[in-house]
Amino acid sequence: MKLSAFAIVASLVVALGLLVGPIFLSDYGRYILSMWIVMSIAAIGLNLTLGYAGQVSLAQGAFMGVGAYVSALMTIHGWPLPVAMLTSALVCLVLGWMLGYPALRVQHHYLAFVTLAFASLAFLIFRNEEWITGGVDGLANIPRPYFLWMATDGSLAFYYYCLGVLGLIALGYYGLVRSPWGRAFLALRENPVRAMSLGIDTRRYILVAFAIGSALGGVAGSLFAPLVQFVEPPAFAVDLSLKLLLMVIVGGSGFYFGPFLGALIAVLLPEWLRFTQGYYLMLYAFFVMLLLVISPSGILGIADKWITDRKTRVASAARAATASAFEETKQ
Amino acid sequence: MSKVLEVSNIQKRFGGIYAVNGVSFDVHEGEILGIIGPNGCGKSTLFNCILGQLQPTEGEVKLDGKVVTGLRPCDLNRLGVSRTFQLLQVFPQLTVRENLILAAQEHKGNMATRLIGKRDAGLTGDADQMIGFFKLAHLADERAGGLSYGQQKLLDAAMAFMSGPRLVLLDEPAGGVNLTMLENLKERLQAINKEQGATFVVIEHNMDFVMSLCTRVLVLAEGKVLAEGLPAEIRANPKVIEAYLGH
Ligand SMILES: Nc1ncnc2c1ncn2[C@@H]1O[C@H](COP(=O)(O)OP(=O)(O)OP(=O)(O)O)[C@@H](O)[C@H]1O
Ligand SMILES: [Mg+2]
Repeated sequence: MKLSAFAIVASLVVALGLLVGPIFLSDYGRYILSMWIVMSIAAIGLNLTLGYAGQVSLAQGAFMGVGAYVSALMTIHGWPLPVAMLTSALVCLVLGWMLGYPALRVQHHYLAFVTLAFASLAFLIFRNEEWITGGVDGLANIPRPYFLWMATDGSLAFYYYCLGVLGLIALGYYGLVRSPWGRAFLALRENPVRAMSLGIDTRRYILVAFAIGSALGGVAGSLFAPLVQFVEPPAFAVDLSLKLLLMVIVGGSGFYFGPFLGALIAVLLPEWLRFTQGYYLMLYAFFVMLLLVISPSGILGIADKWITDRKTRVASAARAATASAFEETKQ
Repeated sequence: MSKVLEVSNIQKRFGGIYAVNGVSFDVHEGEILGIIGPNGCGKSTLFNCILGQLQPTEGEVKLDGKVVTGLRPCDLNRLGVSRTFQLLQVFPQLTVRENLILAAQEHKGNMATRLIGKRDAGLTGDADQMIGFFKLAHLADERAGGLSYGQQKLLDAAMAFMSGPRLVLLDEPAGGVNLTMLENLKERLQAINKEQGATFVVIEHNMDFVMSLCTRVLVLAEGKVLAEGLPAEIRANPKVIEAYLGH
C-alpha cells in the first residue's frame, strides 16, 4: 500500500502547488497555467470519447470553438459566464450526440475522417458566417466573469475561477470513469461484440461518449474565450483537434490523469523550449515519435506497466516463498 | 414442457456457401440440449444467427413464442438469454471480479443509476459467489489477462451466468479446461439448471462431457440437422457414427 500512500501525498502536493503556486507567478505564468486548465478540460472530454470508449474523434477542437463562440457572444451581450458555459455545454452535447451517429456505422480511421470533416465544416462556419461570428475579424472585448460579486479581471482571480471549474469537472470525471458507465465504455472499446452479448447497449454508450466528450470541449471553449478575451477562426482550425488528440495520447489515453499530463506537456513544453527558437516543434515531434515507439499507451502507460511489473514481482516472490515453505514442511 | 426457443428453417449464406442450411429445432424449458457435429458444420454460425450477432439469410427465431429475429444481441440478453463465444472473450484489463460485475451491470437499474450509483452496481456479492463456485477466489483481484487459458475459459462461462439468465448458449465451454475443472463446470451447469431452472444449449466436441451433461442431443452436418435424440440414441445412430463419431 506504499504506492497508494505515495499517490495521495503526490496529489496533495500538486493540489497545494496549484492553489498557492500562482501567487508567486507573473501574469504570463498565470495565463499559461489557465491555458493548461482549459486544454486539460478539452482533453478530458476527448479522453472519455477516445481513451475510454474507443471512438476516434478529430473534432474536439471544433467543439472548443463552438463553446468559445457561444460563450463569447452570450457574455458580450451581458449574460453571466456560468449560464453561457452551460449553454455551450448543452449545444456541444447535442452536436456531439449527432456526430456520434456516424460512429454507429463506421469505426477507426473512417470515423476519423468523418469527424475531421465536421471539424473543417465548423471552421468554415466560424470564418464565413460573419453575421454571427464576426468572420476573420473574430469577436473582441470578451468580458471576464464575476464570481458572486467579485470581478475576475485580474490574472490571479481568473486563474482561480478556471481552477474551480477544473476541480468540479475533475470530480465528475472521476465519478464517471469509476461508475458502471466507465466499465461499459472500456468494454465497448475493448470488445464491442462481447459487450453487446452482455446486454451493453453499445449504440447508446457510443452516443453518450460522444455527447459528454463534446460537451466538455464546449466547457473548455467557454473558458478559453474570457481567458484570451478574443476569439477568431484560426484558433479553432483542424490543428487544434490534432493537438488535443496528441495531448490525450502523449499523456496516456484511457488513464484518468492522462489528459492533465498531456495538456501540461503541450502547454509548457513550448515555453521551456523557447530558447531553441524555431526548433521547438521539431523537438516535440521527435519526442512524440520516440514516446509512441517506447509506449503506445503514453507516459502513464509506462507508469502503469512499471506498477504492474512490480506487483507481479511481489506476487511471484510470495508464491516462491510459499512454495519453499511447503518444501520445508515436507522434509 | 413449454418451448423456450423455437428455431425454424434458419439459413445463413456466406458468399456462395450455406454455412447453415435450413435448421429447425425447439428447446424446451429446463433441458440441456447438446449440439455436436464436425468442424465447420455451422454450429457457431447457428448460435450467431439465433442471438443476433449475424442476421440469418432466411428463417425465424422465437423466444417464448415471440419472434426475436432481428433483435440486437443486447436486447436479447436483457430478455434473459446469454452466451459464450467459441473464442475466449474476457476483458483482459479488468480484474476477474470486474469482469463478472460487467456481465450483469446492465441488468441492474437504468442508465441514470448506472451513472450516479455505486461502482459495483451492488453486484460484488453475486460476483464473489460466482467466483467461489468456479474456484477462482484466489484470483478475484487479478487482471483477467494474467490468468491461464483454462481459468479464463471458466471466467468466460461464469460471466454468462452472472445475470441469472433463463437460457444460456455455450459454444465449446470445455475446450482447454482440465479434467477436475471440467467436472466442476459440469456440476455447476447442472446445479444452475436445477436450482434456477435455467435452460442450456451447449456446443461441444468433448463427447463424454456432452453425453453425461445433456438431456438431449442435436447433431449437425453440413449445415443441416442430421439427427436428434437422447444421448444413448445418438451414440447408437449409424448415420451419426459415420458422419461424426467414427467407430
Ligand atoms: N464470417 C464468415 N464469413 C465466411 N464464412 C464463414 C464465416 N463464419 C463462418 N464461415 C464458414 O461457415 C462454415 C461454418 O462455420 P462455423 O464456425 O459455424 O462451424 P462450427 O460448426 O462452429 O465449427 P467448429 O466445430 O470448428 O467450431 C465454415 O465453412 C466457415 O468457413
Ligand atoms: Mg464453432
